[in-house]
Amino acid sequence: MSNLKTHFVELLRRASTQLPPDVTAALKAGYQREPPGTAAQTALATILKNIKLSRKNSTPLCQDTGTNIWHVYHPQNICQCELEQAIREATLEARNRAYLRPNAVDPITGLNTGTNLGIRFPVISFYGWKKQSVRASVMLKGGGCENVSAQYALPVAGLHAGRDLDGVRKVVLDAVFQAQGKGCAPGIVGVGIGGDRITGMIEAKHQLWRPLEDKNPNALLAKLENRLYRECNQLEIGPMGYGGKTTVLGVKAGSIHRVPASYFVSISYMCWASRRASVTITPTGNPTFHKQVPSSQECNTPNCKG
Amino acid sequence: MKKIQLPISETEIRKLRIGDDVAIFGEMVTARDAAHKYMLEKWPRFVDDLIRDKAIYHCGPVIKEENGEIIAVSAGPTTSIREEPYEHEVIAHYRPRIIIGKGGMGPTTLQAMKEYGAVYVHATGGAASVIAKSIIYVHKGYKRKELGDPEAFWKLEVRHFTGVVTMDSHGDSLHDIVEQRSKEKFYELIS
Ligand code: SF4
Repeated sequence: MSNLKTHFVELLRRASTQLPPDVTAALKAGYQREPPGTAAQTALATILKNIKLSRKNSTPLCQDTGTNIWHVYHPQNICQCELEQAIREATLEARNRAYLRPNAVDPITGLNTGTNLGIRFPVISFYGWKKQSVRASVMLKGGGCENVSAQYALPVAGLHAGRDLDGVRKVVLDAVFQAQGKGCAPGIVGVGIGGDRITGMIEAKHQLWRPLEDKNPNALLAKLENRLYRECNQLEIGPMGYGGKTTVLGVKAGSIHRVPASYFVSISYMCWASRRASVTITPTGNPTFHKQVPSSQECNTPNCKG
Repeated sequence: MKKIQLPISETEIRKLRIGDDVAIFGEMVTARDAAHKYMLEKWPRFVDDLIRDKAIYHCGPVIKEENGEIIAVSAGPTTSIREEPYEHEVIAHYRPRIIIGKGGMGPTTLQAMKEYGAVYVHATGGAASVIAKSIIYVHKGYKRKELGDPEAFWKLEVRHFTGVVTMDSHGDSLHDIVEQRSKEKFYELIS
């Protein structure tokens, strides 16, 4: 498949400089909600101005261009190493064009590679599918909000959080309370219920691909999401932690099976700069850049989380 | 909105209170994790002039070099609390009047601000393009090789750099107030 690198550079440019429409709309609604003249409203005004300016000048929305998390769907006849190489070359190119910051630091030496490339950096997951096209989606996950992400093992006695959905609710509230404004509130809360310590967190991160306005197909989870959205905002932490009505823009929850002994709740906090972008490339190398990351529904492959 | 011209005196900085909107003009320097460690381990002399009566900005900018000119294209604040172990000593020794970052800082920094006369200005986290616009000139990057570009000391010239005073030199912290209030609400919601 030709031109992969070029399309991936463009995908990274879009991801880093253009906020998805659902997130922008939620921030605008927050701006309307906050009383004029408050620090909360000023912060949202600055954020909205920043969104416009970044799009116009193709400059990163935030200087922390995060961990780049790629999900790539590909037909069986394409080698994954070819795709990986194109992604790595595109990453370097995007860094040279200042769409991405050199963000890869060696934890042993403390040295920054300068290329934004490192060991398992960027993070790439491959999924084979039956279509002939390649679909690549990328999420830019900032460090500040990653630092306030959390994982709980239910029960948590101090919070009276038992092994049920009400226990889940309590620990999610705790995580958002603990985060205060430090994850660049208003944030989006991805919740992974169940699994083990790894798969639960992966599920929590998966939730962050969902557009804010979608509805959880599971009625119980949909109810939990709505309640948590309301209650998180009642904490009045507000944008940047200045106090205010807009603490989170959305709560998204998914569940996976657990073993009887463990009940993990994994919480991935995403800052307001929830950057995600997606492209589908035809076998002849023509790209379609999606306004919104497409949902998994259209792929028939079992377990495909498109 | 209050206009702040750097350098600034202790008397002037003590007039600021939490909740004040400010617009900053003049020279400041970026310093984040590695730079803070460096300041207290190596005690570099070049830092004195960059900081005294001016501002330390917790930021790791995206830098672009074009025809020999250095441009900060994206330069929002990073989380300040990571500098909590260092900041009180940095304030005591280098005497900045303003610490700029996001998320606020803890009691030891608040105490040092009270003692030596300094405030914390919260910039809008993630608003990196808007803030970069207020950086009108990047004078120089210090220790780029040693610390890497995001962690280097960048001497900046800013114009109308905006933020909110969330910690002042009188021992008040907006972060403490918001946290206390949300704590009460939180216990109500889980009981
Ligand atoms: S948490 Fe998000 S918006 Fe805040 S500095 Fe990090 S990447 Fe930027």
